[in-house]
Amino acid sequence: MTAMIADSAYFGVAISLLSYGIGWLLHKKTGVAAFNPLLISIALTIPALLALRIDYEIYYSGAQYLGWLLTPATVCLAVPLYEKLSLLKSDWRAITAGIVSGVLSSLLCVLLLAAVFGIGHTAYVTFLPKSVTTAIGIGVSQELGGLVNLTAAVIIITGVLGNVFAPLICRVFRITEPVARGIAIGTASHAVGTAKAMEMGETEGAMSSLSIAVSGLLTVIGASVFAQFY
Amino acid sequence: MKYLKQFGIIILISFIGELLHSLIPLPVPASIYGLVLMLLALMSGRLGLDDVKETAAFLIEIMPVMFIPAAVGLMDSWDTIRPQLIPYAVITVVSLVVVMAAAGRVTQAVLRRQRRGKGRCGR
Repeated sequence: MTAMIADSAYFGVAISLLSYGIGWLLHKKTGVAAFNPLLISIALTIPALLALRIDYEIYYSGAQYLGWLLTPATVCLAVPLYEKLSLLKSDWRAITAGIVSGVLSSLLCVLLLAAVFGIGHTAYVTFLPKSVTTAIGIGVSQELGGLVNLTAAVIIITGVLGNVFAPLICRVFRITEPVARGIAIGTASHAVGTAKAMEMGETEGAMSSLSIAVSGLLTVIGASVFAQFY
Repeated sequence: MKYLKQFGIIILISFIGELLHSLIPLPVPASIYGLVLMLLALMSGRLGLDDVKETAAFLIEIMPVMFIPAAVGLMDSWDTIRPQLIPYAVITVVSLVVVMAAAGRVTQAVLRRQRRGKGRCGR
């Protein structure tokens, strides 16, 4: 069984899509927010691989083609953004203020908590770029001497948590304006959160896409400054 | 031909993004250069919405599944995370909530102040 799977070109993609499909059905039938399709698919795929004794490398050799589409898909986020360009023109002050405060609070929060827990400089710079998109975060972590694999893991966890809890956090903090919701989600949880913002609405999705790029670029500068502080 | 053309344009922009990424020594990924290029092309009118729309909508719709392979990779990072699980979990969760709340509340506050200002001018 394992040998057959190891030779298969489509196993990784098939199990990913199947588990996501199950998650989507659960979410649709029950309406329970915790049944987030992305979360369910991760929660099903990992035990399935462990039970079948399939190494991550074997799974990934097929599943990597899903990741191959990530760059073109991110490029396409410009389309909904373009369709909402008038909002960017009228609300640019609020958008800039929101993203800048998001980026600063991310860096400050990691600084404070790193100092409280005494996790050391290496772990600190590993966590500094945790809110931004994986490719930028990995670059920043590498440059500052962080643990790149751990940064990637934390970025993915942050994104998945953002995807799952965005509606709840927006409700608790009474963030009701679609523009503000989009900025909040994109700044805090990058592209994985943006997938949820797209479901919430066109404006949310467009503003979240914008935040990925802007907060990512600001973090490149901000993290190198904050790396000096601890 | 419609989808072939649309997919071709998107891949071409992704490729130019990759070239920029390897030419410019900044930790900015190809996808972000590509996003900015696509936006500029649409704004300049060189590229029409109809040249990319349907394929872009499809790629964005299936975007969540593209994160599954990397997320499943967490099964290999577990050994690095486990010894420091509590501090790492606290940093991850607390900063997520703080950043989302801060970015959202500040955006909303400035938006509403601006609108009130405009309302007064209108009267």
